[in-house]
Amino acid sequence: MEYIPNIVFFVLLIAGIVLFTLNVKKIRRNILIGKPVDRNDNKSERWKTMFRVAIGQSKMVTRPLPAILHIFVYVGFIIINIEVIEIIIDGIFKTHRVLSFLGPLYTILIASFEILGALVFLGCLVFFLRRNVAHINRLRSKDLDGWPRSDANYILMLEMSLMAAFLFMNAADFRLQTLQFSHYNLGLSPNAFPISSHLASLYGNASIPSLVMAERSTWWFHILGILAFMNYLPYSKHFHVLLAFPNTYYSNLNAKGEFTNLSSVTNEVKAMLDPTFIPPAAAEPHRFGAKDVHDLTWKQLMDSYSCTECGRCTSSCPANITGKKLSPRKIMMATRDRLEEVGKNMDKNAGKFVEDGKSLFGDYISGEEIWACNMCNACVQECPVNIDPLSIIMDLRRYQVMEQSAASNELNMMMTNIENNGAPWQFSPSDRLNWAIEN
Amino acid sequence: MSNEPIHVPTMAELTAKGEVPEILFWVGCAGSFDDRAKKITKAIVRILDHVGMKFAVLGAEEGCTGDAAKRAGNEFLFQMQAMNNITVLNGYEVKKIVTGCPHCFNTLKNEYPALGGNYEVVHHTQLIQGLLDAGKIKLQDGANKGKKITFHDPCYLGRANEEYDAPRSVLEKLNAELAEMERSRENGFCCGAGGAQMFKEAEKGEKEVNVERTEQALELNPDVIATGCPFCMTMMTDGVKHFNKEEKTKVLDVAELIASQIHK
Ligand code: SF4
Ligand code: SF4
Repeated sequence: MEYIPNIVFFVLLIAGIVLFTLNVKKIRRNILIGKPVDRNDNKSERWKTMFRVAIGQSKMVTRPLPAILHIFVYVGFIIINIEVIEIIIDGIFKTHRVLSFLGPLYTILIASFEILGALVFLGCLVFFLRRNVAHINRLRSKDLDGWPRSDANYILMLEMSLMAAFLFMNAADFRLQTLQFSHYNLGLSPNAFPISSHLASLYGNASIPSLVMAERSTWWFHILGILAFMNYLPYSKHFHVLLAFPNTYYSNLNAKGEFTNLSSVTNEVKAMLDPTFIPPAAAEPHRFGAKDVHDLTWKQLMDSYSCTECGRCTSSCPANITGKKLSPRKIMMATRDRLEEVGKNMDKNAGKFVEDGKSLFGDYISGEEIWACNMCNACVQECPVNIDPLSIIMDLRRYQVMEQSAASNELNMMMTNIENNGAPWQFSPSDRLNWAIEN
Repeated sequence: MSNEPIHVPTMAELTAKGEVPEILFWVGCAGSFDDRAKKITKAIVRILDHVGMKFAVLGAEEGCTGDAAKRAGNEFLFQMQAMNNITVLNGYEVKKIVTGCPHCFNTLKNEYPALGGNYEVVHHTQLIQGLLDAGKIKLQDGANKGKKITFHDPCYLGRANEEYDAPRSVLEKLNAELAEMERSRENGFCCGAGGAQMFKEAEKGEKEVNVERTEQALELNPDVIATGCPFCMTMMTDGVKHFNKEEKTKVLDVAELIASQIHK
């Protein structure tokens, strides 16, 4: 009987890990339906980019307040996970504070967890107020209506409760130590509890059994909350806490102005210009540009799962700022939504996608959006996790023009001019040097 | 001054004489045909002549780089243009190119190599910076002294190719007051012409992008909005007209500012 809590703990832990692994695998499979693109060159530059952008948060600094708060939450999140190691050992082996033999080091560790925990709490609280009370356009935007807005709030509330549980657990523990009760009496320095020793007074004159109860329930809440958090990630924009690292590692390292070269087109153009040129046979019939998520590359799909929905892209987008329908954040969210739908379709049909009559272009993203883009790269520059919304817009335009011939009349006129007289306007090529001789 | 006819050598002419220019000046479609941009083209030529740099243009053999076609989604047309241009450029064994337009600059520099066109490509503000640093351009002081100038970063020079300093370092030589807009350099704000928008009506919205950008510039109440792109030139000029500020605020290319101050 006495080991039941430990067995329950062990089963929940394993279940949590298995479920998480399955969900991550599904996301991996969804990402890999994308087309190949080589992002394995120049490894040292890639590591540097990851260190700078993901670990060093270098692109957050342009907005100092959220940057500092985010650092609290991010550093706190990572460091407090060390505490989880102890919790897991304690949970399985029925020990209490198994790492306390570390002595002074343990004091330092617990004390810093407490301070970080309080900072995480503070950070999340301010974030929560920014989202729900302050008037910040990118957080108020209709892009976030419905699930995305709730998602953000759920996570913030969960993180605040986790941190509160952690601190109140320590507070009860601290009180039990002072009372020198049973195995709680580890003789830890009060310095280990810089925050919770103050919270302990909130327990008033609680009896020993109720203090034990408080300590145990917050302990369980904390670890179950962490397992829940982990399993919530794959359904949330918070998956970025994991994908930010690979996503920045696989960043596009070329100049932002260099748009991809379509080699399938190159072959056809070469054949047109030189009749003796024999294009290499294509492995599968291809589509020019992208109509659906299958036509995008795995990196573009990984981008969609890495998006934090922060809206920095949209708040710097000239089209969006001037009231156009285009929002680069929405482009990323739409791509993820469609990819999730395609993934569920595959789940239902034994891993194979069955045509559902829908597509990314048309059902999720409209012509009005993609044609409003200035291709100015402001969104790409802003994104804190190096997402490239512009590349998706470009591929959707390619499909519209090369497969659907759906360019506007004005654009068709411009292209006809280039084709016929080598300039986007109706001038004769022989007049190209007139500027030199005219007054 | 800038409207006098000038003699501009073509590659065909030089080759016939057995001569090789130091640099090819890629004029671009706007620089060749747009009345306002032609003045920028002439300013660049004046600077090249002033320093005695031997250059040539392609003239009738130059064709649109295909930038707008590519960004409108027509990769076929882009590659047709690119391959035709590459055939011409490689035929003349061109090594170094200066462009008067960030779009031509970006396309030639970044997108032609994959199709067999490998050249050293510089934007005219980079070339001018080099010439100034080498002490080759003698500037008369005066004309712009004490004036307030703000530089509008063209997206395809700035973010697309991370060149923010060359135009500014050139402008510093004018002894003017350089003022920065709130959105500048990495955070620069598009003029509204990029991504083939130059050639179409904007989508439905509350405002034109160029009006928004010009408003940002006019907040500084500058004497000059300087830029380095013929499309930004059109957009910002229209924007200044929209606010009836053309008396106070001129829109000028970096090349024009320098050309107006070189010793005869
Ligand atoms: S590239 Fe397009 S989507 Fe991105 S900021 Fe510029 S206009 Fe907006
Ligand atoms: S694409 Fe990047 S900048 Fe835009 S919302 Fe997503 S994470 Fe934020």
